Amino acid sequence: MTAPHIIEIEHLSKEFELNGTTIHALRDVNLSIAKGEFVCLIGASGCGKSTLLRIMAGFETASGGAAKMWSKPITEPGPDRGMVFQDYALFPWLTVRDNIAFGPTERSRPKNEVRDKVESFIDLVGLRKFAEAYPHQLSGGMKQRVAIARVLANDAEVVLMDEPFGALDAMTRERLQEELLEIWQRTGLTVVFVTHSIEEAIYLSDRVVVMTPAPGKIESDNPITLVRPRDVSAPDFNEIRRLLGGKLHSHHGRKAA
Amino acid sequence: MKDSAASVAIPAPLETRPAAATNAVPLLIRAKPLLLALVVPLLFLVLWQLGVTWTKSRLIPPPTEVAVMMWDFAVGGIWDDAFSRTLHVHLIMSLSRVYGGFLLATMVAIPLGLLIGRVMLARQMLDPMLQMLRPIPVTAWLPLSMIIFGLGGTSAFSLVFLGAFFPILLNTVFGVRNVDPKLFEAAAMLGCQGTNVFRRVVLPAALPSIFTGLRLGHGFAWMVIVVGEMTGVPEGLGAVIMDARTLSRTDLVICGMIVIGIAGFLSDKLITLLSSRMLSWSPQHSR
Ligand SMILES: Nc1ncnc2c1ncn2[C@@H]1O[C@H](COP(=O)(O)OP(=O)(O)O)[C@@H](O)[C@H]1O
Ligand SMILES: [Mg+2]
Repeated sequence: MTAPHIIEIEHLSKEFELNGTTIHALRDVNLSIAKGEFVCLIGASGCGKSTLLRIMAGFETASGGAAKMWSKPITEPGPDRGMVFQDYALFPWLTVRDNIAFGPTERSRPKNEVRDKVESFIDLVGLRKFAEAYPHQLSGGMKQRVAIARVLANDAEVVLMDEPFGALDAMTRERLQEELLEIWQRTGLTVVFVTHSIEEAIYLSDRVVVMTPAPGKIESDNPITLVRPRDVSAPDFNEIRRLLGGKLHSHHGRKAA
Repeated sequence: MKDSAASVAIPAPLETRPAAATNAVPLLIRAKPLLLALVVPLLFLVLWQLGVTWTKSRLIPPPTEVAVMMWDFAVGGIWDDAFSRTLHVHLIMSLSRVYGGFLLATMVAIPLGLLIGRVMLARQMLDPMLQMLRPIPVTAWLPLSMIIFGLGGTSAFSLVFLGAFFPILLNTVFGVRNVDPKLFEAAAMLGCQGTNVFRRVVLPAALPSIFTGLRLGHGFAWMVIVVGEMTGVPEGLGAVIMDARTLSRTDLVICGMIVIGIAGFLSDKLITLLSSRMLSWSPQHSR
């Protein structure tokens, strides 16, 4: 074997019982992610993307197989894996600053270390003027910036993002994509990013993992070698978009049946 | 919408100070809510006075007589009897029972509510018992508490405790059960575990609900104190009302009622003020 991957998914399966019937949310999923990779999971709704991400986060346990981080089975949530939810899940009673400080404070880091770190992440996501604001006073894009800063300030090695920009308008979405790429390139984070936008997946990632539903499994694993920054209107970008679109839609007929 | 801007602070803009805008609004517009609130009570006083004059009733004294009585009750110098200048004694007595019972209820109900709401075992063991006790009206506890504590203040105090306890407990449990599950996941992935979850997530998230319970419980406390004090305690607003009735001093009965009304109202305002302070993060509560 070569050097261990940061994330390894081996023969992972997940079943849910729902009103007496068994739902095979994931069946025999295998996936290895190297440190520093940006991987997108893409697929029709219901194909198990969120479930896979939630198992990596430790929110769900596998029915079979294993999810490992640095070769150790993932059994519970931990600060080494930060989750960014589509609906933000910020603590509404904490200001932007205190939301970002939540993790470091909780892990009883020294006070001035926490303060310096929190202030630097407030600046990183451009929310200096809103440091004292509460979540309900922020726009969707700002909330998602706080959610990202919150996991980064907590020294997460892997950032798990479940359709994080899905609820945002196109302009905000593009800005956040760029900011995320910038942060990723600067910090060497590992990112696992769920989306249902093919364009977003190609624009962002090193690899696009296509999943298909019923039962949820990996259809293909597609390295994206386009040089960054990528141009969404370039011919080779469109070529990949057409290719992945074909892979995604070839399974639609069966799903509708 | 225009006139409401005077009294309601605007939550959203962060850099503009609402205070600056308030000064510019004419005095009359700012006083409007107060003036509007006074219309019905004044009308009521007029009708009361007219009603008593026209019917020549001896059962109800006119507001003027009640006002004289109130003066004597508060500062004395008119009738110079056992009740002159005793308002503060009775008020302080009732307040101490209300706040004592209420605070004790709060101290027991909130931790218990957090536990029942969050810990399955606690819920399974305690909930059925509490659900059975809950339908028993507080007044039905009165005879039992008189047997246990005898005639006197402790009995009234224990009723206040019971009256405040259930609303606070039930609303705390409700608040805990309704915390967005995502927040627990968010806390867990940030490294928050064990009892810290109570302090950092459950308690703050349930706070709006807890305050609803506090307000309700506080209202019940005032309701129950009067019943409790009617059972032979020497001092307290409930005792004044009851003694005054025995002596056919209707003006004093009404004075006692008014004092309770005002004290309860002001003390409720205190809780609302505290709650809008502590819930300033919540768009529904900050004012
Ligand atoms: N807690 C759950 N209970 C029952 N079924 C679930 C649960 N979570 C997910 N599922 C089912 O598992 C499948 C995959 O869901 P999900 O991972 O949310 O898909 P995706 O994120 O790709 O849309 C769906 O059929 C969904 O209904
Ligand atoms: Mg999903």
